[in-house]
Amino acid sequence: MLLMNILKNDKPGLWLLGILLVVSIAVPILNLLVPENSAFHISTYTVTLLGKYLTYALLAVAADLVWGYLGILTLGHAAFFALGGYAMGMYLMRQIGERGVYGDPVLPDFMVFLSWQELPWFWQGFDQFWFAALMIILIPGILAYVFGYLAFRSRVTGVYLSIITQAMTYALMLAFFRNEMGFGGNNGLTDFKDILGFDLRADSTRIALFLASAAALAIGYVLSRIIVSSRLGLASVAIRDAESRSRFIGYRVENIKLWVFVFSAILAGIAGALYVPQVGIINPGEFSPLNSIELVIWVAIGGRGTLYGAIIGALLVNYSKTYFTAALPEIWLYALGALFILVTLYLPKGIVGLWSLRKTRKTQKMREEKT
Amino acid sequence: MPLSATTVSVKKTFPPLLFFFVSFFMSFFMLMSIAQQTVASEIPAESSLEDAWKTLSQKNYNKKAGAIEVIAQQNPPEARPAMKAMLEGQLYYAKRGKALYFLKEVNDNYEFTPLFDTDPALKPVLQENRRGFKKVKVNNRLRRMIRQLLAVMQLKHEDADIRLAAVQELLKNPETEAADLVKNAIGKETDQRVITSMQTLLAVIQLENGDETAQLAAINTLANSLNSSAMNALTAYQAPTKALENKAQSAINKINDKRDLYAKAETIFFGLSLGSVLALSAIGLAITFGVMGVINMAHGELMMIGAYTTYVVQLLMPDNIAMSILVAIPAAFIVSGLVGIAIERGVIRHLYGRPLETLLATFGVSLVLQQTVRSIFSPLNRSVETPEWMSGAWQINEVLALTWNRLYIIFFCLAVFMALIAVMKKTSLGLQVRAVSQNRTMARAMGVRSKWVDALTFGLGSGIAGLAGVALSLLTNVGPNLGQAYIIDSFMVVVFGGVGNLWGTLVAGMSLGVINKLLEPWAGAVLAKILVLIFIILFIQKRPKGLFPQRGRAAED
Repeated sequence: MLLMNILKNDKPGLWLLGILLVVSIAVPILNLLVPENSAFHISTYTVTLLGKYLTYALLAVAADLVWGYLGILTLGHAAFFALGGYAMGMYLMRQIGERGVYGDPVLPDFMVFLSWQELPWFWQGFDQFWFAALMIILIPGILAYVFGYLAFRSRVTGVYLSIITQAMTYALMLAFFRNEMGFGGNNGLTDFKDILGFDLRADSTRIALFLASAAALAIGYVLSRIIVSSRLGLASVAIRDAESRSRFIGYRVENIKLWVFVFSAILAGIAGALYVPQVGIINPGEFSPLNSIELVIWVAIGGRGTLYGAIIGALLVNYSKTYFTAALPEIWLYALGALFILVTLYLPKGIVGLWSLRKTRKTQKMREEKT
Repeated sequence: MPLSATTVSVKKTFPPLLFFFVSFFMSFFMLMSIAQQTVASEIPAESSLEDAWKTLSQKNYNKKAGAIEVIAQQNPPEARPAMKAMLEGQLYYAKRGKALYFLKEVNDNYEFTPLFDTDPALKPVLQENRRGFKKVKVNNRLRRMIRQLLAVMQLKHEDADIRLAAVQELLKNPETEAADLVKNAIGKETDQRVITSMQTLLAVIQLENGDETAQLAAINTLANSLNSSAMNALTAYQAPTKALENKAQSAINKINDKRDLYAKAETIFFGLSLGSVLALSAIGLAITFGVMGVINMAHGELMMIGAYTTYVVQLLMPDNIAMSILVAIPAAFIVSGLVGIAIERGVIRHLYGRPLETLLATFGVSLVLQQTVRSIFSPLNRSVETPEWMSGAWQINEVLALTWNRLYIIFFCLAVFMALIAVMKKTSLGLQVRAVSQNRTMARAMGVRSKWVDALTFGLGSGIAGLAGVALSLLTNVGPNLGQAYIIDSFMVVVFGGVGNLWGTLVAGMSLGVINKLLEPWAGAVLAKILVLIFIILFIQKRPKGLFPQRGRAAED
């Protein structure tokens, strides 16, 4: 009932969920049932690409929750994404078993290559999916909790907070690059074979992963929408707009920030976990500060503080990235750069701002006609 | 006595070697006496020298040894280069005519230049192989002898640096025979460095051969030396009495302590030089980000433009690399500054008061600049040549040498910083910049043309980024991604120092550099960097506004 009420007030969100539903019914049919030579056939490559975009969209929703509603410009959200990805990658690595190049039943290939004798303690348990799933939620969550607890309690705000989130992801990237860390160093984790017993290369598995991404995005979106419509969400908007005032009124600013931040990190972790089996690799490059900046830019282009804007931005930028890097590799960076500049200059509310702009113009016109 | 034990066993197992030595010395002395006789009997020196040169093309090593001795004694100008070439196996003789040549390999070709370039009949030869020439062969014994002779010859050289090098050469393999020679030379010596190393050399010899009082004196001398031969001599030293042994041990400890001290000094120097690179790349950002509040993601690309300017300036004046850097400094400042002003006028001026959005726009600018550079200069890395006056090192003592390029970068960083402070504190532009950054509306009300000030400030910050680019171009390759590597570090430095505080930026850069280098020996380069990042994260918890927070009401939200 509450949910219906909330969604009734979120027309663009309903549209988006509707489109998502249609796509997730249509794509499997077009991929599995329509013959390959038909014009309507969607290749498995495209399915995977779409699945990847959906995980990006979920990540963007997570970032928008923190930036758009909490006012924290996070420059390190890709770290949570990558950590979730690594947790999933470790599970997939353990599933390879004896099929690795070196054929060791327990140790992943890179450990055999480094002539390690036994599995490090932090790799224990990742052969069980439930354990890996738990870690996908716990590891980003705990990191966000510790980081947020320290930062929010000390009242680190503004650019200082942005820069230390960047320092966090940068430090993690450097750490994961080290072979001694036990996460495959430079090469990361790759060569995955199957997930839950299903072959990762099979079309049906790809479709299942795509559907899982779509479902995760839908659920993540709805949960985020519930949060921002709740008292917690309203309080966080208050903090975004006037932190000191909210504190003086009596809100526990630190706690509110912390819980939204942790929730957002968990969403990002889940997005990462769904991303890895679809692209088939996770390496320390995912921690790169540039990824986090790009993420912020998806949100900005879509329109921050709307949630659906983040989804639109992520899909649009990534689609155009795929298109331009293939079609016009020389032009791509010019186009992307120009896009960022133009959007920030002329569309401060992002692409969805255009729509609301038109609406206000309409109402203005109506008012003028009345008078 | 482990040392002599091995020599004894060698003698036991190889009696022919002993024979060799005896014969060598006999022929040596015979030739010596002949040479002296020739001088004594006033036969023109020219002829015997000429014979000696000719003897070099013979196969007999003993004869060659004699000839080398003669050449060394007469010491014509060709003697040193010839002996050096012989050591390196680059002295050849023509099969026909037996004239001597230097060999130099040039791009897989062999270039032979005659030793005596006064003779018009001999011409340099360039060919693809070594046909027609034969190497003047030397064995180990001759090599050792040549090295010693070269050192002795150089002891009399007029250049103090060469004399010093000669003493160092003798120190590597101290022999008793050198003692008298050095004793003679030390009286005439004027250069303090040479005297010190000569004293060390004498002490090393004394320690092996002198009586107990001489040994005591030698230990005292060696305790003040940092030379590795002094250390070796002390460790190999077999003390006749307990007192001397203790003395030697304490001398060793003293040397080790001193070496540790200098090693620490060197680490701190490395730290300061890394710190000045960090500070240099952050100073520009301290203006654009710290003073103006623009999160300038294109800062790294402005540094890259400075580096490419240096590269272009070198391309324009290839004959004068030494001057090119000095030309590049103002050029980079102007080019980067103009690009910065263009960015400010085109993009940033629409975004004042929205600091987080400047991040997005300037990130876009950085992508465009990167791609522009890729289109113009290709994505490959370019390298800037280091001018000669920047290479080499300043040898403070035998264990501590500070490389010139690092020293210059420290000075350059300080100079740029001081100039900037002067501009900010002493000029009317600086006054206006500070006024606008503190309270824009009030400054405008007082008649400050804020738009003009904004453009100039951004240009100043960008120009300084260009200067940092000149310094970086000398340290690393110049490529389109140069800026990205430094942008994160620059932001860390500015935030650590306290946004809006120039002194904070300098202190933060230097201290982060030193901390990094102090951690490196036991943590490794990557882990040290990770630890520094964690340190910054924790430090910001403790002081949420950096090292030197801005005070006053303007700093509050």
